[in-house]
Formats: sequence, C-alpha cells, structure tokens
Amino acid sequence: MNPHSTYEALRHLADSWGLAIMIVIFLSLALWPFRPGARAKNNDAAQMIFKDENDGQ
Amino acid sequence: MQTVLARAGIWLVVLLFAVIAVAAAADGGFAIHMSIVALAALIGLWVSISGADYAGIARGILKIPDEGRYDDDPVRWGVIATVFWGIAGFLAGLFIALQLTWPVLNLEPFLNFGRLRPLHTSAVIFAFGGNALIATSFYVVQRTCRARLAFPGLARFVFWGYQLFIVLAATGYLLGVTQSKEYAEPEWYVDWWLTIVWVAYLVVFAGTILKRSEPHIYVANWFYLAFILTVAMLHIVNNLDMPVSLFGSKSYPLFAGVQGALVQWWYGHNAVGFFLTAGFLAMMYYFVPKQAERPIYSYRLSIIHFWSLIFLYIWAGPHHLHYTALPDWAQTLGMVFSVMLWMPSWGGMINGLMTLNGAWDKVRTDPIIRMMVMALAFYGMSTFEGPMLSIKSVNSLSHYTDWTIGHVHSGALGWNGMITFAAVYYLAPRLWNRERLYSLRMVNWHFWLATSGIVFYAASMWVAGITQGLMWREYGPDGYLVNSFADTVAALHPMFILRAFGGLLYLSGAILMVINVWATILGKLRDEVPMHDAAYDPQADRPILAPAE
Repeated sequence: MNPHSTYEALRHLADSWGLAIMIVIFLSLALWPFRPGARAKNNDAAQMIFKDENDGQ
Repeated sequence: MQTVLARAGIWLVVLLFAVIAVAAAADGGFAIHMSIVALAALIGLWVSISGADYAGIARGILKIPDEGRYDDDPVRWGVIATVFWGIAGFLAGLFIALQLTWPVLNLEPFLNFGRLRPLHTSAVIFAFGGNALIATSFYVVQRTCRARLAFPGLARFVFWGYQLFIVLAATGYLLGVTQSKEYAEPEWYVDWWLTIVWVAYLVVFAGTILKRSEPHIYVANWFYLAFILTVAMLHIVNNLDMPVSLFGSKSYPLFAGVQGALVQWWYGHNAVGFFLTAGFLAMMYYFVPKQAERPIYSYRLSIIHFWSLIFLYIWAGPHHLHYTALPDWAQTLGMVFSVMLWMPSWGGMINGLMTLNGAWDKVRTDPIIRMMVMALAFYGMSTFEGPMLSIKSVNSLSHYTDWTIGHVHSGALGWNGMITFAAVYYLAPRLWNRERLYSLRMVNWHFWLATSGIVFYAASMWVAGITQGLMWREYGPDGYLVNSFADTVAALHPMFILRAFGGLLYLSGAILMVINVWATILGKLRDEVPMHDAAYDPQADRPILAPAE
C-alpha cells in the first residue's frame, strides 16, 4: 500500500464508518442522563456540592 | 532521616547535572537556563535540609498528614501565584499595547515587541490561568470527592515545578530562545519539563478522584480531567522536536510545511478549547452554584455541554488556516465544526446564567455574583463571535486583522479573567479562615474597572479590525490596491490608544484585587458601608404627632 492509498483509505473511513461510530457514541453519552429513572440521580448530583455545608449539624 | 537524606541526594544530583550542562552549553540562552535550574536545585536543597524537623526525627515522631482536613497549602500558594502572575501578565500586555502605539518604546533587544508579546500571552494564559486552574482544581476535587488530596508531596512538586516552567519560558522569550509556535514557544527541554510536571498533575488529580468518598464524580471534575488529559496530548504531539544538541536550546520540529501548520493550530485551538474553556468551565460549574447558593440549573444540560464540547472542539482548529495551502475540505471541516460549537457553548452559558433563576437580586447585591454573570455573558459573546469569524467569507475580512485580537481579549479578559477573579474572591476568605473579604466595595470597583476596560478594548479592536480589513482589500479603478500597509497602520493609531487605555483600566482593577486579597490574608476587615441593606431612616421612624390646635 503506497502512502497515497493509506491517506485515501483513512479519509474514506473517516467520512463513513468512523463518522457513524462517533455519532453513535456521542448520542449515547449525551442521552445517558435522560434514561428513565435518572432524574433523582441528576438532582442528587447537582445538590452534592452543598452537602459539606450542613454536615454534623 | 532517610527521606531527608534521599531528598538532599536528589537535589545534589540535579545540581550536579545542571552545573555540567552550564559548562557544556552550546549557547548563552541554554547556559542561563541551566543556571536557573541549578539555582532552583540549590534552593530545594537548602529547604529540604533546613526545613526538616530534626528534633522530631530524633524522637522518632513521624509527621502524618491529618486525613480529617483538606490539604490546602498548594491551593493557598496557587491563589497567591495567580494574583502575582496576573499582574505580571497584564502589565506586559499594557506595555506591548503602548509599544504598538508608540514604537519608540521598543527597547532593543530584550524588551522589543517580538520578545515581549509571547511573554504576555504565556504569562496570562499559562501563568495566571494555569495557576488558577491548578489551584481551583485541587480545591474543587477535594471538596467534591470529600477526600484529602492524594500524593501530597507530588502536589507540591506540581506547584513548584510549574513555577519553574513559567520562569524558564519567560526568561527564554526575553533571551530569544523560542521555537516560534504561537502559545507553544518554549524550547524542547522546557517542553520535556512541563510534560513531567503535567503527568504528576494528572496523577494527583486522578488519584484524588480514585480515593473519593462520594460515589458520584461531580461534573466540574469531568471538565478538569478533560482539560488535564487533552492538554497533555496536545502538548506532546505539537512538541515532537529533535534537539540539535543535548546541550543547546535549538530544536527542529518533526512535522514540516502545511502538516506542521495544521498540527500547530490543532494544538493552538484546543489550547483555547481545553485550557481556556473546559478548565474554566470546571471553575464555573463549582463556584457559580456555590456563590449563588443554588444548584446548577440543569445537571443534564451540563452533561450534554460536556460531551458536545469534547466531541466538537477537537476538529475546529483548521479555521485558523482558511485560504492557505491546507486542503479545502479540511478548511470547510474546521468551519463546520466551529459553527456547530456555538450551540453547546450557549447551552453552557444558559445553564450558568439560569442557575441564578429565582435569585437574580444577587446580581445587584453581590459583586462576586456580578463578576460571574459578566464572565458568562462574555463566554456567550465570544463563543458567538468565534463561530462567526470562522465562516470563510467573514474570515476573508477579519483574518490577520485586529478583530481577531479583540475577539481573543473579549474571551480572555471577559470570560477567563472575570471567572478567575470571582474564584479568587470566593477562595481567599475560606482558605485563610477569615470572616469575609477585606472589602466587598473594592470588588465592586474591580468589576466596573475591568468591565469598562474590556469595552474599550473590544470596541476599539472591532473598529480597528474592520477598518484594516476593508483598507487591505480596497482596489482602485486601475486595478491596483489603494492603500499601502503603512497607511492602514496610521489609520489605526487612535484605536491603539483607546485599546491601551482599556488595558490600563483592566490593570487598575487587578491592582485593587492585589490590595484586597493581601489585606484579607493579613486578616484585616475594611470599615465600610455594607453593599446592600434595606433602607432605614431613624428620623422618620416615629409616629406622626397630631398638629397642635
């Protein structure tokens, strides 16, 4: 395989399967906090930084 | 005793190697740099010998860190270093703005514009911004993990090692030691040193996350971790150089031509994306909710914000190379990803601003919140301006003009500067156990000086940039360019004066911060009228007497 065809192969991979896989990974990560039952977990996570203000009181 | 001996031994070996390197140095810059390293080793040797607790060692008492307290010493040093390097960087910025206005100020050779300009950019980005990021990340990761910092010795090495990197980089620029890559000017041995420090930073940060007591890793730590990991990758790939001699400062890069340019701007734009954006967003996601005393508006939005930035930013670099030898498809790719970045950026801005929903009065009553809101507003403004400038047809007007400089500064002064000042004001009383800041009214003054400084800066650079772009492209009926380059420079002179004035205002605000933080550390409280209080007039607080008949 000469250098030019390596470039061509990678370029075509990047705009077909590579792109598709990246989009699938991105969408799964971004939609993960929207899964059913995650609301309470998200609220807990958002409130977590205030826990140290009322420890032991 | 053995650890004291081992430490002294390591310092001695470093000292020895530095002295050999000075003796064998191929050029003056390298010799001076190795002298600085030798001096640092000497100071380290002195501190480890004189600072050891010999009485304690003799009695067999081992100092064990108190796991019931957070390890805040490196954070305190980091806050002081942030303030110190901030002033150094702003001062250098003001000086080079004056040099552009009055070229007589170019003091050859050490203090000319070409050498001071990287000193300014590195001082504000890496010294001021970098110390703020390291200090706040050590503070936030401990609080959100509810765990003491992992590897305390390594954390101290990160702080002092990073300061050595800053000193080597800054002195190198003045001596003319540079590899001439924007934001990556330090030469090969300084790059290697930073790599070691950065890996230690990653170990301390990730180690603390691993020993956390909270099950969930708070989103600010995601941003910090992305910043640390990505900067490590960018720094290593963009600095793959071959030194000419192991005892000389010169090196040559692995990538040449347009490949080299693309790697440089892949690095350069992601330095903006992951150093100046992801890292400072981590500060935003912790300090804004804490200061507002309300949780972040939407935790889910912060996750989307995170993954969109990670997936999009890394492709945006080619917009720095529009209309160059870079293939058209790569330019278009850079432009498309830059435009797509607008949405997650504004999602993040809305998330930060809406955190104040139901507590908007704090913008009026709390100057620290006001700084945070202004920071978010400038984050929104510059993440709108950026995608717009990356569109090829806009870029054909704006590229190489002062519009770019104005854009960078509305982001850096407005977003990075303001959120850092707010974090410093948040941290100072807490770290030194003070009741409150020395003066809230001085924070208010700092806010207005900084804001009006940015307005002068950004507005004058918009006018200057568009003027410049239009003058460069103006053709006469004969088909020749109408203006010479010197004509455009003369036309911009008033704008350059206004820009320098804006810089002066911004620096004055920062000097107020120095006084305020200094007095807070000393434990002083300024006797001042509180910033906000409901109106009360004792004269009017009485019943109305019936008029005498």
